[in-house]
Amino acid sequence: MEIKPDLKYTKEHEWIKLDGDTATVGITDFAQGELGDIVFVELPKAGTAVAQMKPFGTIEAVKAVSELFSPISGEIVAANSALESDATVINKDPYGEGWLIKIKVKNPKELDSLLTAEKYKEMVTA
Amino acid sequence: MNPVVEPTIFELSSPGRKGVPLPQTDVPEPEALSQEFRRRSELAWPEAAEIDVMRHFVRLSVLNHHIEKGIYPLGSCTMKYNPKVNEQAARLPGFAELHPETAEADAQGALKLMYELAGFLAEIGGVGAVTLQPSAGAQGELAGLLLMKAHHSERKDKKRNQIIIPDSAHGTNPASVATAGWETVQIASGADGRVSLKKLQEALTGRTAGMMLTNPNTLGLFEKDILEICRLVHEAGGLMYMDGANLNALMGIVKPGDLGFDIVHFNLHKTFSTPHGGGGPGAGAVGVKKFLEPYLPNPRVERIEKKGKDWYRFTENKKSIGKVHSAFGNFGVLVRAYTYIRTLGTEGLSEVSENAILNANYLLARVKDSYEVPYPGFCQHEFVLSGNRQKAQGVRTMDIAKRLLDFGVHAPTAYFPLIVPEALMIEPTETESRESLDYLADAFIQIAREVETDPEKVKKAPHTTPVGRLDEAKAARDLDIAFHK
Amino acid sequence: MSYVPNTDADRKKMLAAIGVSRFEDLLDAVPNEIRLKEPLKIPPPASELELFADLRKLSRQNIPVSVANSFLGGGFYDHFTPAAADFIIRRPEFLTSYTPYQAEVSQGTLQVIYEFQSLISALTKMEAANASMYDGASAVAEAALMTAHITERKEVLVTEGLNPNYLKVLKTYGTGGAYQLRSLPLGPSGQVEPEALKKNISNKTAALVLQTPNFFGCLEEAKELESIVHAVGAKLVAVFDPISLGMVSPPGEYNADIAVAEGQSLGVPISYGGPAVGLFAAKKELVRRMPGRIAARTTDVTGKIGYVLTLQTREQHIRREKATSNICTNQGLMATLSTVFMSLVGKEGLLQMARLSYAKAHYTAALLEAKGFRRVYAAPFFKEFALELPVPASRVASRLRKTNIVPGIDLGKYDRKRKNQLLIAVTEKKLRADIEALAEGMSFFRPKAGSGIAPERKLETAGLV
Repeated sequence: MEIKPDLKYTKEHEWIKLDGDTATVGITDFAQGELGDIVFVELPKAGTAVAQMKPFGTIEAVKAVSELFSPISGEIVAANSALESDATVINKDPYGEGWLIKIKVKNPKELDSLLTAEKYKEMVTA
Repeated sequence: MNPVVEPTIFELSSPGRKGVPLPQTDVPEPEALSQEFRRRSELAWPEAAEIDVMRHFVRLSVLNHHIEKGIYPLGSCTMKYNPKVNEQAARLPGFAELHPETAEADAQGALKLMYELAGFLAEIGGVGAVTLQPSAGAQGELAGLLLMKAHHSERKDKKRNQIIIPDSAHGTNPASVATAGWETVQIASGADGRVSLKKLQEALTGRTAGMMLTNPNTLGLFEKDILEICRLVHEAGGLMYMDGANLNALMGIVKPGDLGFDIVHFNLHKTFSTPHGGGGPGAGAVGVKKFLEPYLPNPRVERIEKKGKDWYRFTENKKSIGKVHSAFGNFGVLVRAYTYIRTLGTEGLSEVSENAILNANYLLARVKDSYEVPYPGFCQHEFVLSGNRQKAQGVRTMDIAKRLLDFGVHAPTAYFPLIVPEALMIEPTETESRESLDYLADAFIQIAREVETDPEKVKKAPHTTPVGRLDEAKAARDLDIAFHK
Repeated sequence: MSYVPNTDADRKKMLAAIGVSRFEDLLDAVPNEIRLKEPLKIPPPASELELFADLRKLSRQNIPVSVANSFLGGGFYDHFTPAAADFIIRRPEFLTSYTPYQAEVSQGTLQVIYEFQSLISALTKMEAANASMYDGASAVAEAALMTAHITERKEVLVTEGLNPNYLKVLKTYGTGGAYQLRSLPLGPSGQVEPEALKKNISNKTAALVLQTPNFFGCLEEAKELESIVHAVGAKLVAVFDPISLGMVSPPGEYNADIAVAEGQSLGVPISYGGPAVGLFAAKKELVRRMPGRIAARTTDVTGKIGYVLTLQTREQHIRREKATSNICTNQGLMATLSTVFMSLVGKEGLLQMARLSYAKAHYTAALLEAKGFRRVYAAPFFKEFALELPVPASRVASRLRKTNIVPGIDLGKYDRKRKNQLLIAVTEKKLRADIEALAEGMSFFRPKAGSGIAPERKLETAGLV
C-alpha cells in the first residue's frame, strides 16, 4: 500500500494535491484496494460547486458503493473523462492516471484541516 | 472462442424450425392494420423444435443447486422443503385458469380460500386484519409504511417522517422507507447484538413515525426487550413494524401482535413453504392491529350471510392506502400457503418452529469450535458465524462459501448482516434431518481444517461446479445483458 | 404432518449434543410472559387425501376461462400456453432454488434470466431488460419513480387509457411523494390527441405514461406523441401488450425510454391475476437507474462463459436507502416459464398469435357491428375493444352467464359513466363458434333503430374484406 508523502488526505480516503489555485483529487491506494475491482465512477460536471467534506460523486466496485468527499471547497474545473470507459485505471494508478476531479480552490487554508501522509498512515494501519 | 457449458437458445435456433405450431385462422381475413402501427423490425426470437427447447432447459436446470438436491442453509431465506401437494393444488383449473375479472358469484372458491388464509395469518400473527395483496416482503414493507403514513396523517401528525431501523436490518427496510418518502434513522446494535434501549431512546423524537424490526433479528437472536422496545416507540407516538422474514422461529411460541407490533408482514414463500422459484414469486401478506384495518389495501375479502349461507365478496374502504397489485396479489402463492397451513394444522406449525430452532442450535453446537461465534448463546432458527479466524490465515468468507459448494451443499448467506465482519449467516430450517445437519457440520469443520493445512484449496474453490469463479468486474464493465448475433 | 424428518430419538440426541435437557431451555431469550399460553386456533391437520378433496371442491366453485366461453381481458388474457412449458418449471432445479446468489451453482437460473432479458429486448427493441418485476402495475409504478429520479421532475402524466388497476397502484406508490399524477383525457377516437398532450405537458413533466393498445383496446399514435414528450425533456414510458408486438410497432421503434408490461400473456396461467410477471426494459443509457435484478454474461477463471447478477450496487442489499428500488424477490419462476414459452412459440408462433388475435377480435367486432352495436371508439385496435350497449353491461353479463358466456368486462366497474360499455377481448384461442355464440347471445340486446346507436348493418360493410 502506497501513501505519497507530498499529498494531503481525508478520513474518507481521498487525496489532494494543490498546484497554484487548482487542486487534483483522487482516492488513495488503500481505498482502491479495499473496494476491489472498480467498475464505475459518477463524477460531477465542470462548473459544479463543491464544499469541503461534502459528497461530490460515487465510486462503485462489484459489491460496494462509496460516496466521494471533496477535500476542499471550490468549483470543479475538470472530471477525468477517461474513467467513463475504463474505471480500472483507478485500481492501477490511483495517484496518477486514476485522478478523479480538478477543483479551482476557494480557500487554500482549508488544506490545513486535512491529514498529512503520516497521520493518514496512522489511521489506516490502526 | 470461449468454451460454453450450454449455448443460448438463440444459438440453437435454425431458420424455419418450429417449436409448437399455431393453428390456421378460421375466421374471415380482416382489413390489415395500417402501416403506421405495424412492427417494422424483424422479431429476433429463436426458431427451435420442441425437443431442442426441452433439452436446452433441462440441461440448464441441472446446473442449479436446489432444495431437493441438498441442504440450502441461506440465512433469513428459510429454504425449507416445498411439498408437492401445494403445486398440485395451485394447478387445479378452478384456480390456475380463473380470471381476476370473474364475477364474485363465479369465484366463491377463490374468495373463500383468501378469506380463510387471511384468518389463519391473523391468528398466527396475533393481529386483527390481513391483506394478501403485496407480492413479496419488500412490497409488504412499503404497504406497511404507507399504513403508518395514513395513520399519522389522519391524526394530523404530519411532521413524523423518520423510521428507526437497527443496523442489522435487511436492505429492503431502508429502501422501502425511501420509497415511502421517509428518512431512515439507523441505530447501532448493542453489544449483545440486540436493540440497544439507550440508542433507541436517543433516536426517538417527535419526528419518529415508527420502527422496523426483524424478530428474531438477522443474527438469529430474539429481541428479549421487545415489550420495552414497543412501549418506548409507542410512547413516542410511533408504530412498530415487524419484518416477518424470520417468522419461522415464532409459530406457536409467540405472536407478533402480543409482542406489541402493530404491523407485521408474512413471507409466504419462506415460512409457508411456497417454492422460491429461483428468485420468486413470493407473497408478502401484511397483518395489522384493528385500528389500522381501514387503511389496508383495497380490495379485501369479507364474509357475509346470504340466504342462510356463507357468501364471500370484495370490500373496499375509503381510507385505504390504495392498491398495490394489478389484481389481488400472487394468488397461486396464496393457494400453496393455504394448502401448507391446512396440512400442518396447529400442531404442525408449532413443530415447524421448534424443529427449526433445534436444528439451528444443533448445527451451531457442532461448528462453534471451528469458527468464531460473535454472539454466543442459544440462537433461534438461524445463527451467524464470523470468518475472522480464517481471515487471519488469508482465507476470506467468500472462499469458505465457495468451498462449501464442492460438498454439494449451498453456501450460507455471506457478508450479511453487515455488523459482523466476514459474516456467515446460517439457517438450516426444520426440514433437514440430523444426518443432513451432520453432513453440513462436517463440511464446515473440514473446511476450517483445510484453512490451516491447505488454504489454497479453499481460496481456489469451487472445484466441482459447472463453472469456476466468475469475473464479476468484467460483467459490470463490459455489460452484456442481452444476446446479439 | 409438518415435513419434519427428525424423530423424538433424533431430537433427544441433538439436545444432548447442544448440552440441554429440554427444548424449552433453548428459548431462554423469549420472556415467559409473552409465550403463548394456548395453541393457535388453526384447523387440525388434514391428510393430503382429505385436503385435496376439499381443495378440489373449492376450486369447482370457481368458473375458469377454460370452462366458460370467456371474453375477459383488461390486462390478463387467455392466450395459448404450450404443454411443455409447465414441465420445465415443475423441475425442482428451477422451482426450489433461491435467488442465484452463488453463481457457480446457479448457472441454470442465471442463463435463463439472461435469455429472458434477451427475448424481452428483442420483443420490445429496447436494449436493456431486467429479470422481472412483480406485475404490470408495479412495473408502471417503478417506471414512474425512475423517471422522476432521472429528470428530477415530479409530474407524471398518465392518459385516460391507462389500465385503471395500474393507475390505482401508481397512485399508491406516489404517496411517497416522488411524483404527482396528472391525467390526460382521450380524444373522441379513443386516442391521446397531440394537441391535448402539448397543452398538458411542460418542462415540469417527468414522463408520459402511454399505454398502447390502451385499456379500451385503441392503438395510440405513439410516434407523434414521442416527439412532443422529448421536446420538453420528459421521458416516454410505454406500456405495451407483449402479444401485440408480433404485429404492432414495439416501444424501441418509437423511441420510448422505458417499456413496461404485464407479461402474463407469455405463457403464464391467469391464476386470478397472480403470480404474473412484470416486464421492464429501458434504453441502455438508463440501465444504472433501473430497478430489479439484471444478469450478465461473463467468463470464469478458466475463460469459460458463465453468467452472474450484475450492477448489484443499484440494489437494496448494497445501496440500502439509496437503492434504485426496494424490490428484492421478483417473479423468477414466471420469467422462466415465459422464457420457455417464448422459445417454444418462437418467432413465427408469436406472429401467428398476433395475426389470429387480431383477425378474431376484428371478426367479433364485425359480427357485433352487423347487429347494430357500435364500438365506443373508432381508433384502430388489436385484440380488444369497448362496445357501446343500449343497456347496462351488467345486465348483458348476467343474461349471457346463463348460456355460459362471459361477454367481457363491465366498464361501469371502473367508471360509472361507462356502465353501458363492455370491454371485449378476443385471443387466438377463441374458435369461430365461440365468437358466433357471443354475437348470437348479444343479439337479444341489439340496439333498436333510432336509439342513437347505429342500426344493423350488413356483415360485408363492417370492415371485413
